[in-house]
Amino acid sequence: MKITRKDFLRLSGFSLIAAGAMRALRAAGKGTATTNSTGNPVRWGMVVDLKKCREADGCNACIRACNAAHNIPQIADRAHEVKWIWTELFAKVFPFAPASYSPDSETCGRVALMCNHCANPPCTRVCPTQATWKREDGIVMMDWHRCIGCRYCIAACPYGSRSFNWQDPRPAIATINPDFPTRTKGVVEKCNFCEERLARGERPACVDACPQGVFIFGNLNDPNSEPRQALRARFALQREPELGTSPSVYYLV
Amino acid sequence: MRDRVWIVGGLAVFVVALTAPFWCARANTKAMFHGPNLVLPANAKECIAPAETMRAQHMRLLVTWRDDVVRRGDRRFVAPNGKVYERSLTRTCFGCHEKAGFCDRCHTYSGVSTPYCWGCHNEPKAMVARNRP
Amino acid sequence: MPMMEKALTGSRRYWAWLLVLLCIIGAGVFCYLLQLDRGLAITGLSRDVSWGLYIAQFTFFVGVAASAVMVVLPYYLHNVKEFGRITILGEFLAIAAVIMCILFIFVDLGQPARIFNIILYPSPRSLMFWDMISLSGYLLLNAVIAFVTLRAEHEEVAAPRWIKAIAILSIPWAISIHTVTAFLYSGLAGRTFWLTAILAPRFLASAFAAGPALLILLCLALRRLAGFDAGDAAIGKLAVMMAYAMAINVFFILVEIFTVFYAGVPEHIEHFEFLYLGIGGNRSLVPWMWMSALFAVAALALLMVPNWRKAFLPWACILVFASLDLEKGLALIVAGFVPSPLGAVTPYAPTLPECAIVAGIWAVGALLVTVFYKMVVAVRREAES
Repeated sequence: MKITRKDFLRLSGFSLIAAGAMRALRAAGKGTATTNSTGNPVRWGMVVDLKKCREADGCNACIRACNAAHNIPQIADRAHEVKWIWTELFAKVFPFAPASYSPDSETCGRVALMCNHCANPPCTRVCPTQATWKREDGIVMMDWHRCIGCRYCIAACPYGSRSFNWQDPRPAIATINPDFPTRTKGVVEKCNFCEERLARGERPACVDACPQGVFIFGNLNDPNSEPRQALRARFALQREPELGTSPSVYYLV
Repeated sequence: MRDRVWIVGGLAVFVVALTAPFWCARANTKAMFHGPNLVLPANAKECIAPAETMRAQHMRLLVTWRDDVVRRGDRRFVAPNGKVYERSLTRTCFGCHEKAGFCDRCHTYSGVSTPYCWGCHNEPKAMVARNRP
Repeated sequence: MPMMEKALTGSRRYWAWLLVLLCIIGAGVFCYLLQLDRGLAITGLSRDVSWGLYIAQFTFFVGVAASAVMVVLPYYLHNVKEFGRITILGEFLAIAAVIMCILFIFVDLGQPARIFNIILYPSPRSLMFWDMISLSGYLLLNAVIAFVTLRAEHEEVAAPRWIKAIAILSIPWAISIHTVTAFLYSGLAGRTFWLTAILAPRFLASAFAAGPALLILLCLALRRLAGFDAGDAAIGKLAVMMAYAMAINVFFILVEIFTVFYAGVPEHIEHFEFLYLGIGGNRSLVPWMWMSALFAVAALALLMVPNWRKAFLPWACILVFASLDLEKGLALIVAGFVPSPLGAVTPYAPTLPECAIVAGIWAVGALLVTVFYKMVVAVRREAES
């Protein structure tokens, strides 16, 4: 079969463009997140054992520890509250888990909620200044110096994990922990998996504070880590997995 | 030119009036210009870089540190003198300096409107306790 | 701008109107300073409903800005001569509307001093980045077209040839600004009320109804107040296009309602339930939604019958504009947040300072339109004498 030089060049040119376009499309779809399953050696994640939490019903030690460590303002007006970790009724967190005929003991308790540090986070995708982004170790970070307070990330988060500082938070902080900055009005904040403690080799504040050992924190990419072992032992739920966000927080019912 | 006297005289008065602050200051040395009165750290003799460098570059250094820590998670700083520090305003800088006796003195003196760092960043407890009378 | 002085000579009524607008702007500025000092806590926004009147009005006025295409396209692409007199009015309206949009975004920001971060740290994966680019580009396009054509008229020469190319560029650009704005919402997996492909077509349809409604009202006002006649033919054609667009918009809403209620997925139904029936005693938007629906039906009735369309045109326009401002400029945004991801039904009602700031921005738009139209009328009058 004879092929002219012109045709050969045209064919190879188009093939290269097509191959490049496929890669570009795939890369654009991927986002700022990496799936981290083959990439980085570390992907921080957490497994929350709801059964152990039910045993110490209403203890809230995790919330108090987080609030103290991070200077989270306690604002009286519910509309303007700022929370990084809080609890919610099981039925609200997993509205589509079949709960009608399950034992009340499992479905009437409260569930600890925080930022899920998704592997494919919608919030980092929409931030117009990259004030929030996904680190290589899986943590979805906030840069309070760059945030312009547009609240697009709040609209994008399917889990309601983010809070906005509607007012200056300092008056609502009883004791300021000098080791961690407060934030200013007009920026968005959320759980940061205590990245400042992880940098010092410590575990997140909620993990350390829990008297029941509810929070199992570790490297999801290490098959022998504590969370991975826990996930092998029991079936775990995630919040709204069908959205494709791939959360790093799992719940053992 | 009948007005020459007036013109030259007026000019002379003007020049004297214009330079009056300098004459008065010379005469009254007590009211003369002093630099800001800084409270130097008691526990360290050298900063992470020479004083001249710090005076000129500390804001640039802090902004670089900010981006290194927040955006790159890199907290390890190797100073020009070879020592290793943590990149932290609260822990490293305020480990030696105090805000009221050091930072604020120069800032107020030279009329620098400091950026809104202090709206979020804190002084460590020990520092605050020590400064309290 | 050599034609600016035309806006500085006017009747008593003109200056009184400008004074009223400046007072409203002053009140808005005062409330904004309050907001800068105390934070957005002075608005009715909350952790659950984090976008409200500011962003909703932004969305609505992007539509009004895009609607300039309704006069530009027929004139430049299809030589509909009747629109020759009013393309410039549409373009100036677009300029004013885009400036209002930028102001709405600005007052909504928690840290407005950092707004240039969007340019310093470009994030091409964020729709807000593209929205900024398309809106700025559209503002520039319309500013160039409007001022160049106006100056050409003022100097009584033909407009330069390249203006036609730029005007034609503004046509797909107008479509793009509102499509990008719709994508801002419809790309969010977590907000089931907005996650629908029909959102962009809905936005365009309502824009092409609300924009001409406003433009017709402005033309009628110019006829009465300034003796400037856009021509019955042009106004009539605009009214017909508005009628079609409104009909399509209502059809789209009905399509959404059918899909949601027939399929019966609770996650999707909840938002419509909140809007039209209320949930758990919270009926804050119910009266507004039914009012919007009533206005839409009444408007369509007036517009569909040709005799009524001619006789009651101003009423039809007011009904169309009000219906769509309520639906797109309030309900659409708030309902996206209610119920929240955890099922909370949080009421949202704009506070007085919030309303004052919104009124201030409306007044800025009105001021710009007044000044621009004064220039156009003065130049036209000179050219025709």
